[in-house]
Amino acid sequence: MKLALPPILIYSLRRLAQAIPVIILIMVGTFLLLKLAPGDTVDALVGDMGGADAQFIERLRVEYGLDQPVWVQLWRYMEKLATFDLGWSFVYEQPVATVLMDRLGTTLLLMATSLSIAFTVGVALGAIAARRAYSLTDNVISTLGLIFYATPSFFLSLMMMLLFSVKLGWLPVGGIKTIAGFYTGWDHVWDVALHLIMPTAALSLIYLSFYLRLMRSSVLQVADLDFVRTARAKGAGETRLMFHHIMRNALLPVVTLFGLQFSTVLGGSVVVETIFTLPGLGQLAYQSVIQRDMNTLMGIIFLCSIIVVVVNFLTDLLYARLDSRIELA
Amino acid sequence: MKKRLSRLGLAFVGAAALGAPIATNAQEVKTGGTAIIHMISEQRTLNPALRASTGVYNISGKIVEPLIDKSYDGYEPVLATDWSSSEDGLAITVNLREGVKWHDGEDFTCEDVSFTAMNMWKELLNYSSALQSNLESVDCPDPHTAVFNYSKPMPLELFVAAMPDLGHPMPKHLYEGTDILKNELNTAPIGTGPFKFVEYERGQYVMAVKNEDYWREGYPYLDRIVWRFIKDKSAAAAALEAGEVHESGFIGVSMADVERLSEDDRFDVGTKGYENNVAHSTVEFNHRNPILADLKVRQAIYHGLDIDYAIDTIMRGFAKPGRGPVPSAGGANYTDDVKTYDYDPELAKEMLDEAGYPVKDDGFRFKLRHRPAPWGEYTQLWAEYFAQAMKEIDIDVEILTNDAPGFLNGVYRDHDFDTANGWHQFRSDPAVSTMVWLRSGQPNGTPWTNQFGWQSDEMDQMIDDAASELDPDKRAEMYHEIQKKAMEELPVIFAIEHPFISVTSKKLKNHHNTPRWNSSSWYDLWLDE
Repeated sequence: MKLALPPILIYSLRRLAQAIPVIILIMVGTFLLLKLAPGDTVDALVGDMGGADAQFIERLRVEYGLDQPVWVQLWRYMEKLATFDLGWSFVYEQPVATVLMDRLGTTLLLMATSLSIAFTVGVALGAIAARRAYSLTDNVISTLGLIFYATPSFFLSLMMMLLFSVKLGWLPVGGIKTIAGFYTGWDHVWDVALHLIMPTAALSLIYLSFYLRLMRSSVLQVADLDFVRTARAKGAGETRLMFHHIMRNALLPVVTLFGLQFSTVLGGSVVVETIFTLPGLGQLAYQSVIQRDMNTLMGIIFLCSIIVVVVNFLTDLLYARLDSRIELA
Repeated sequence: MKKRLSRLGLAFVGAAALGAPIATNAQEVKTGGTAIIHMISEQRTLNPALRASTGVYNISGKIVEPLIDKSYDGYEPVLATDWSSSEDGLAITVNLREGVKWHDGEDFTCEDVSFTAMNMWKELLNYSSALQSNLESVDCPDPHTAVFNYSKPMPLELFVAAMPDLGHPMPKHLYEGTDILKNELNTAPIGTGPFKFVEYERGQYVMAVKNEDYWREGYPYLDRIVWRFIKDKSAAAAALEAGEVHESGFIGVSMADVERLSEDDRFDVGTKGYENNVAHSTVEFNHRNPILADLKVRQAIYHGLDIDYAIDTIMRGFAKPGRGPVPSAGGANYTDDVKTYDYDPELAKEMLDEAGYPVKDDGFRFKLRHRPAPWGEYTQLWAEYFAQAMKEIDIDVEILTNDAPGFLNGVYRDHDFDTANGWHQFRSDPAVSTMVWLRSGQPNGTPWTNQFGWQSDEMDQMIDDAASELDPDKRAEMYHEIQKKAMEELPVIFAIEHPFISVTSKKLKNHHNTPRWNSSSWYDLWLDE
């Protein structure tokens, strides 16, 4: 009966079945973990307000359902989650789904752009450095990689801001668009692009250093293997050797890293988003912890766990494509 | 010391120049333009009748107006025109301004005041629900007269002092019959103010535009106000310098940037406009700890603190030493005729020896677990200074760092601390602010109240008497006594009195010209661009 299905579909279905308990475990675990943090959203709110009287605090707890025992709260949450209802954010006074969707676009745009730039440029530079190992080119590239690798992102961001916004006045300091600029059409696109230059550059420079270093060592390692020598002996040109034999094999660990980093895309970058005041998911997650906004935080984690499961699956498929010795089982 | 005095002096000279009407005449007023204001944190609500907080007023104060505001010349009628009290203090009559319209075109009347007072100020508004607990009803003999009836005497002075913060009427016709807390207008307010709410983009900005039908003829000057949320203090300083933001209030940039920008002639940096938002940096004791229950120990700790040094280094000179629960901005209720504690570590050590806490083998007399409030940079620095100063007099202080909910629970609910520090705002009148620090009997877990395990029947009686005393002179006298007693018994050390600090672009004109400027309506603010 099931034998009629192609193996890839059986594989996919099995992975899906495995994913459900994983996600449930993540959600329950996170919920309990967050409950271990001292204080709740009412405390955070009262902290923001600069004080409140006891009845006020009590009334808010009842309204937010925080007067119930933890397991009742957990049950209520999981019940709603089963219908894909992410609940209500008491900080933003909006449904969590709306809050998340508002932020998702910014984060995806920022992370997809920075990761693609970082991956492409990083892999290219890494390969060049490895081919000219220990030459001046390699030294320059490796040193640059090391510098970006070692620079904290907040420092890089602030220095760029100081140079390009404060001193030169070329780029806007932060935000996603010029508020009260009321741009439409292409002007709006240009405006958003201008706002994204610095955060994208800051993020991709940091990611880039990872790919560069990994690709360089990976290429160096593969270049010494027997099959490369065989290919060379059979008369393969250096270019063909590089692209067909070395790079394809050297890419495996780099793809693993790419998969790992792509999983964290939704988490965004707390630091970069905060400094450039980009309304993304990273900043939202951070704020939610500070404000003990359970529903929002759980919503973000739910979204992230789904992405992680999906990306892991896609990475496995990609492995099989890159290296035919790997079988899907 | 010299540096500190000169800073404050300058701030006040600046105050006089800006406050004077000559300043406006010197330059032709320009209309139009968008003022961009830095906000450090997101606001959950923009309804000032549901949440008393400067973060809320900083935005909604331009959209929703109070009955009474405060200017440098005293209390200023806004939606109220005048007010009086009955002989017995049980009824307060407020006459309301005629011809004022809500932003949706409806008339503002006594019905709005009555509805808001009974349903929000008395029931739902923090600080106000305690103040208005004896409010029985608000009568409307005619559409522009409101009579507040109390079951116990309410001092008119206290009522008026509370109104700028706790007296914002909301439109009855839009709230009646709805779930007030869930009403959508709480984040999209409709008021009578000079600016109308446009939109609130979470995590980014709030925008308001000029109200063309504002009741003050010819105002406001600005076309638009935008509040930008920038969490990172360094990024906020960069935005100010790049000219993308015109003002950052409530110490929205780091103290190092405050100092740096104060030397930059593009900005006005100072404490002016915060006279009504003065706060104390404190040292709080857990009197359940027998060591700290000893008055001598608390006094020794005070002698071990070099307040002037802390003011110069942490507050960069923008502060002065505290003199008890009423700050010098408290007007007639303030006195500086109180016991003080000079910096004298040798005396402190002697006092600790006398109290029976000699230095032990490990080099310390005893150990204190200290919780610093996470209210910004200078609160943390003050905690670090405290630990350092205590080491000088051989007391070991362990700092337990936590975020806001952790701090509030640790100190006010679980009482899991020996000492703590934070800052606490004075709200015009001691009865609605700092007295909760000393009055016992506050329910467990209520933040910013006396959860220190300190109790004095005499003090409780003094506080209750002062709160219902109708004669302002006698009342002031009573607060002086409370201050003296607080400085003698030191339930809490009100170590440093500091206003907040603003960094304002000089392009903004008429800025910080009232004692609660960031909370006020900005109808006369204009932009020279």
